[in-house]
Amino acid sequence: MGSAQQLHLGVALDGAGQHPAAWRVSAVRPAALFTAAHYLAHAKLAEAASLDFVTLDDTLGLQPGGEEVVRGRLDALLTFAAIAPVTSGIGLIPMVTTTHTEPFHISTAVASLDFASRGRAGVLAVPSRTEAEVTHFGRRTLPSEVDAEAENAEVVDVIARLWDSWEDGAIIRDEPSGRFIDREKLHYVDFEGRFFSVKGPSITPRPPQGRPVVAVHGDSPYAHGADVVLVDEVRGARERFPGAKLLAGLSIVLAETEQAAIDRRRALEAYAPFPSGGLSFTGTPADLATELPRLADAGGLDGFHLRPAVLPDDLALFTAETVPALQTAGVFRPAYTGTTLRDHLGLGVAANKYAEA
Amino acid sequence: MPKQVKLAAHFPGVNNTTVWSDPRSGSQIDFSSFEHLARTAERGKFDFLFLAEGLRLREHAGKILDSDVVGRPNTTTVLAALSAVTTRLGLAGTLSSTFNEPYEVARQVASIDHPSGGRAAWNVVTSPDGWTGQNFRRGGFLKREDRYRRAEEFLATVRELWNSWAPDAVVGDKENGVFARGIERFVHSGAQFDIRGEFTVPRTPQGQPIVIQAGDSDEGREFAAKTADVIFSRHGSLESGKEFFADVKRRLPAHGREPGELLIMPAATFVLGDTEEDAHEYAREIRYQQVRPETAIQFLEQVWSRDLSAYDADGPLPEVDPDPDAEPLTWGRVRHEKDPLAVAAKWRAIAEEKKLSIRELVIEVTARQQFVGTARQVAESIDEYVQNDAADGFVLVPHLTPTGLDAFVDDVVPHLRELGVFRTDYSGDTLREHLFSR
Repeated sequence: MGSAQQLHLGVALDGAGQHPAAWRVSAVRPAALFTAAHYLAHAKLAEAASLDFVTLDDTLGLQPGGEEVVRGRLDALLTFAAIAPVTSGIGLIPMVTTTHTEPFHISTAVASLDFASRGRAGVLAVPSRTEAEVTHFGRRTLPSEVDAEAENAEVVDVIARLWDSWEDGAIIRDEPSGRFIDREKLHYVDFEGRFFSVKGPSITPRPPQGRPVVAVHGDSPYAHGADVVLVDEVRGARERFPGAKLLAGLSIVLAETEQAAIDRRRALEAYAPFPSGGLSFTGTPADLATELPRLADAGGLDGFHLRPAVLPDDLALFTAETVPALQTAGVFRPAYTGTTLRDHLGLGVAANKYAEA
Repeated sequence: MPKQVKLAAHFPGVNNTTVWSDPRSGSQIDFSSFEHLARTAERGKFDFLFLAEGLRLREHAGKILDSDVVGRPNTTTVLAALSAVTTRLGLAGTLSSTFNEPYEVARQVASIDHPSGGRAAWNVVTSPDGWTGQNFRRGGFLKREDRYRRAEEFLATVRELWNSWAPDAVVGDKENGVFARGIERFVHSGAQFDIRGEFTVPRTPQGQPIVIQAGDSDEGREFAAKTADVIFSRHGSLESGKEFFADVKRRLPAHGREPGELLIMPAATFVLGDTEEDAHEYAREIRYQQVRPETAIQFLEQVWSRDLSAYDADGPLPEVDPDPDAEPLTWGRVRHEKDPLAVAAKWRAIAEEKKLSIRELVIEVTARQQFVGTARQVAESIDEYVQNDAADGFVLVPHLTPTGLDAFVDDVVPHLRELGVFRTDYSGDTLREHLFSR
């Protein structure tokens, strides 16, 4: 495989694709967006190509727009939980809102997703930025962007503390002493932050990965880093998040010829413009395979967060043609080499902050 | 047709009912354990599987309790995952109305009802204590009288959200570009919640997921009679079961409901044997596994509110009396008795009369297994309770994770079928159909 940089590839499984009119041109049945089968089918496509992970957006409010766009969605973490036992390799990173929710519940939910997927869970921790969500909870006012990002970082901190609050091996089932756990290996986190406090320990033992993968959006100037940072604005991102796995959002419109891809793009744009932000590529799967390492190199990127314009079309072409070309070029794994999402991302074993070295 | 029995499977809990010292005892946390119990229950054509919840690890004498099974996963995440490995079984879980908000509970339950094709149920509980609240940003201390007020308004709000999308709102007209139409805004303005906006989840397959309530107090019974589909209870004897049943069912008409609209399902443990003697012998063994020496001392300390660790569980009861004014030693466990001095006096009398050690006494006075006998006897007992209106069915609590239900499904369920009181297969797809279709 040589020493070429290995790309990390995640795929957004939102709606029937990234484009607002994707649901109209896709073969996907609109009502299927509220079933697990839809997400399972697309996750399996990604898994068959040994991609790193899939993501699913979520908010605690309805998507903006009128009758002509997809509105409504299920809880993203629970949707991925509903496919976790029947997938085997793909990482699962649901978006979770950190503003109106309880960090304690987020921590146990992600840990439990990690148990259900046997070590393939992550979480995309995102602060809420809408007034609508404020009125759905009625407990606080909309925080400023700087505070929302600071609170997001606090949530990211405390959920990891809660994962660590049970050391590995805390369950001893020691019959002679009558102890199910070694309570010396459980820890109160006693977290007192600017936004909330949490006593701990978690009700859930440390999950298979120790620490499931934490991802954040990095585009806010106030964003704090995490294991994985997803950005639309590539410029300056590497410097801002030197230690993170940095993945750029990339929308893709693919077809067997460049002209056919351009035609597909135009046909979609006749319905509505593409959402702004992030990189975009329109062309053949083979050309995309040539383009990705170059883009990664230029931006100091570890990989890409792909946004197929239409599902399953653009994901199917990507996995069937772009991925084999990347594998031939030696820049993407021919198969999973590990079993956990941390393995896929090369994150190594997560140290426990409470365990003695 | 005789009255049909409803059955639910309780995933073994984090308490001393669950025996971990048995070599067959498996993980209480790995998903495979939940999958095993769910597949077993579904094989037996049970109505639903039930997961309890506790949001802070139990403590005793200022330390995390280490003698019982400890640690469990997040309820909704496990239920959603179980929807992938089952096709008909109802999926029920406890979610606190104190440490959650209506919008997120409505979403979570709806997000289980959709992928499962209409199999979700929510056990509404109220959590009064600030001690658990230390794990949550909202804190959470509620005055006792406010608990049901909050729970009732919480549930009403959740139902407003479930109802906010018209049943046919997802149009999916690709040609004319209409994805959804008829998403009504909700407005809820009450003493507990003042919220408005739009819900994110289309009306679910059940429309109204099943609601369970588990309070035994007068307020709890009234709440259930007014608004729940199922009530859990803990009434061991036939007589007390009948009393509870009659009391709850008679409350329904005042709320415009038929007696059949609320099902009464007590929790029940069971022990099976090839002969009745075997079963009783095995039941005795299990009781000794459930009440270990340290469990017995802790149980006593819970009433005494004193450090009794110096006492021998195989010896006599302490001569010292309980400290009636002390802070409770145990947190997170249901407190069974209210007047510690009276309890101690009663227990002393029992211990003296029967010549019991501390451990034997605790075994004597704490809940023993409900149904003990051969598979046939257990089936007949269950049937007797149901036909005599002491219950509509039972939530079975196995003492072993995850295989504790296997023998019940293999051996008892066929007898229930022979008696003509339990389904041979599911006749509907949704939990509501399992519970209420005739």
